Amino acid sequence: MNIGLEHYLIVSVALFCLGLLGVIIRRNLIVMYMGLELMLNAANLALVAFSHFRDNLDGQILVFFIITVAAAEVTVGLALIVALYRKRHTTDVTDLTSMKL
Amino acid sequence: MEILFYIFATLTLLCGLLVVFNPFSRNPVTSAMFLVLTIICMSGLFVLLQAYFLAAVQILVYAGAVIVLFLFVIMLLDVKEEERRRFQKFGTFLGFAAVAGLGAIIINTIGQSGIGEALTAKGAGETKELGKLLFTEYVLPFEIISVLLLVAMVGCILLSKRDESKEAEAE
Repeated sequence: MNIGLEHYLIVSVALFCLGLLGVIIRRNLIVMYMGLELMLNAANLALVAFSHFRDNLDGQILVFFIITVAAAEVTVGLALIVALYRKRHTTDVTDLTSMKL
Repeated sequence: MEILFYIFATLTLLCGLLVVFNPFSRNPVTSAMFLVLTIICMSGLFVLLQAYFLAAVQILVYAGAVIVLFLFVIMLLDVKEEERRRFQKFGTFLGFAAVAGLGAIIINTIGQSGIGEALTAKGAGETKELGKLLFTEYVLPFEIISVLLLVAMVGCILLSKRDESKEAEAE
């Protein structure tokens, strides 16, 4: 059976769901960030697949930009986590309840 | 080619699953290591899609920089293994249900759209063409991205700087 666009899209959807599940279920901020990375990678895979099957390079350019923005996002996010850890000494989201009524 | 797709896809999903749920360890370092494996398998998929440049960038930027940053922060914070807290049964169940629903909807949409039959053209993603496109049509976004990286760098330094005025007050 020939590998078509759907195969890649289904892998991408499955990976996105795994990342989302990680963000929802895990309580450690760093592991939640890894879930975000998984979701970004799933989007990248879908874009590259579309770019390949449409014979159009715009998708690959977009993936290039997404990788760069993801790197910037991770830098700032991890700096925020470090700043939070200095104040609260925890990376567990269940301990961060100061906005709870 | 087909067998390679199945191998890489299975490995990607398996390692992705182990990032999120690892039955043997809840240590963030293990998750980070499996994230590296996920990224490497995914760059194999990129090679199968003839996006050779992006496969290289994926390994260089993600496995080489982002994961190292993750490991560095884990080391810096000295994160202990996530102790098993009271198991939030309701939240976990609801999360599973929501994500399964979302996945089912998207996969159903892909199946119904018949997109696989409509698009079968094999495009060659040459690095040369990619570079030309990047520096002609997309040169403005490219420059804006460099400004974004600068902003992220400055923000990161500002966030991780110690608050000196408060420390002086405490003394």
